[in-house]
Amino acid sequence: MAEERRPSALEILDRLEGSKLVANIMHFGRVLRAAGLPVGPGKVIDAVASVREVGVTNRRDFYWALHAVFVNRRDQHDLFDQAFHIFWRDPKILERMMGILLPEVITEPPPETMQPSRRLIEAMQPKGADAESEKEREEEIEFDAAMTASASEVLQTMDFEEMSADEVARAKAQIARMRLPIAEIPTRRFAASHRRQRIDMRRTLRAAMRQGCGAIPIVFRKRRTRPPPVVILCDISGSMARYTRMFLHFMHTLTNDRDRVHTFLFGTRLTNVTRHLRHKDIDVALSHVATTVEDWSGGTRIGECLKSFNQHWSRRVLGQGAVLILISDGLDRDAGRGLADEMDRLHKSCRRLIWLNPLLRFEGFEPKSQGIRAILPFVDEFRPVHNIQSLDALINALSRPAGRRKEGIGEWLKAM
Amino acid sequence: MTALPQSVDTVLECLTQGRYVADRSLATALFLALKLHRPLFLEGEAGVGKTEIGKVLSETLGRRLIRLQCYEGLDVASAVYEWNYSLQMIEIRIAEATGDRDRSAIEEGIFSERFLIKRPLLQALEPDVSGLAPVLLIDELDRTDEPFEAFLLEVLSDFQVTIPEIGTVKAKEPPIVIITSNRTREIHDAIKRRCFYFWIDYPDARREREIIAMKVPGVAEALTRQIVAFVQALRKKDLFKLPGVAETIDWTNALVQLDKIDLDPETINSTLGVLLKYQDDIEKIRGSEAAQLLTQVKTELAASR
Repeated sequence: MAEERRPSALEILDRLEGSKLVANIMHFGRVLRAAGLPVGPGKVIDAVASVREVGVTNRRDFYWALHAVFVNRRDQHDLFDQAFHIFWRDPKILERMMGILLPEVITEPPPETMQPSRRLIEAMQPKGADAESEKEREEEIEFDAAMTASASEVLQTMDFEEMSADEVARAKAQIARMRLPIAEIPTRRFAASHRRQRIDMRRTLRAAMRQGCGAIPIVFRKRRTRPPPVVILCDISGSMARYTRMFLHFMHTLTNDRDRVHTFLFGTRLTNVTRHLRHKDIDVALSHVATTVEDWSGGTRIGECLKSFNQHWSRRVLGQGAVLILISDGLDRDAGRGLADEMDRLHKSCRRLIWLNPLLRFEGFEPKSQGIRAILPFVDEFRPVHNIQSLDALINALSRPAGRRKEGIGEWLKAM
Repeated sequence: MTALPQSVDTVLECLTQGRYVADRSLATALFLALKLHRPLFLEGEAGVGKTEIGKVLSETLGRRLIRLQCYEGLDVASAVYEWNYSLQMIEIRIAEATGDRDRSAIEEGIFSERFLIKRPLLQALEPDVSGLAPVLLIDELDRTDEPFEAFLLEVLSDFQVTIPEIGTVKAKEPPIVIITSNRTREIHDAIKRRCFYFWIDYPDARREREIIAMKVPGVAEALTRQIVAFVQALRKKDLFKLPGVAETIDWTNALVQLDKIDLDPETINSTLGVLLKYQDDIEKIRGSEAAQLLTQVKTELAASR
């Protein structure tokens, strides 16, 4: 039966080729691109080919055919779903065309769509209106900034208070030159070597052929090493505000220095800012971060944030022997509730957990607060981080090969 | 059945015949992959039946299954080809001893197909004995590292492999490629762009009951209902690792082995390790939480009847 129906659908599409449907698939692709999905001309061609195979007799098949082509991450699904229902319902092109050309049509009523996302609304708007709304939005932000704690105030509070402007500039320049030489870990790949350890049979035989018959010169190889992934979790709550800007510079330098660096900021909720920090220009990167993060200089809920990290991200970014750097003063609004469990899980899922705490700059620091007491038993190293010197010391420490786990915190645990 | 399915419906039939209960959406993606000769990229939580698709396809389409299990450091020597060095050495020794061939003849000789050990990717470019292209299952691609991903680009877009000593090997008919990922890291867009993408979600209750009925025949209808409702309720809980379909099937098997016809708190507590794989999760559910969940499930089932 299916065999019989196919040619008819094909025929219809052939008649449509170059007319409405192909053009509309292209427009649909453009809407998705404007909404932020990575859709290029290649995908549109794929989409047309797919629709030609599946046919337009069944709306669900049509939906899933376009889905298979245009979506390539799970988080794009919702955007696609909304775009599909709005685009293919509103112009009603599919139904109208099928209504004319096909006697029996299997259509399902379009499901009730939820409030479409803002990105999508903008993508659907014509250019002029878009620019206008852009202007409106800018005004909105300005207004916001004047009236409430938002972007511009963030810049003030992010400042490193004790330094003069000149010193800050110099410190930033210094940070920009920093490299983080975390001891490399051996991989399972090999590179040519002069040390007589492992024989590289393949290259040995090639060399033998080059030399002609006679003695076979043996060629060696060694294991390649590579820096492990680095994941940074940085506290941006009110108590950390004085340091946050410096840390952002540090994280930006680190992100642009090597691959496999992931950065998360947290106060009352967790935000992944890896993508923004990858921007080469520090000012652009920081302004992106400033608009993405919503909980600058507020309270801290370390337990909740670590929980959401463990649940959603740890399995995706902590693989392959990652080193985790936690930057926080350990002062927790929830008084350490649920924190120990989450720290335990975090410690188990990474290769090395380093806690950087600016409070350590005080001579007689004692691990008194409940948050600090909950975190401390689950870290491998506990270090100060309040000036350039401490960052330098951190870099030195990281370039040494990792010791046993929890090696660096014996003294602290005794003090507790 | 050896010909490729020609419509979404036949793909569905094909999967059902292979005892795989699938959504129409999955069948659509699969149909497109088969028809347009593109790899199908499957993502989803562990235990939702990603790998199974490859196996079922190979079975129902009567094609050879070539499986490449990915791991960190997977290299060309273990994924594509390697030269048989000892055999090459012997060949050189013999040539020396007899002294009847010149250098270039030997070189040509020892870098020929006779000394080539073919690994999965190279095997997949060749038709099997019946002349059909095989099913290539690249399992858990997220476990390998970026260099290997980059290497796969050539294989997946042109279905060809370049061996410097021999030349380029190209598949006459492209293999059916299924790639799975557990999403322990994000796969590069360059790979995904060459594939059709599908996210396999946990099934709804009705579909999960169908799966159980198919995979564990002979379970009482009432017990199946309880099991599925319990697992579905468990998936709404705040757990580190939610139970997949594979776990549901394992648990059903366990309960059948224990001769249970009705769920009770004690049995759940003692068999929870089949469903949940993290100690924290087990701690959280065991005892009162499990009992409460069971009561809730039973009341709901009674109400719906």
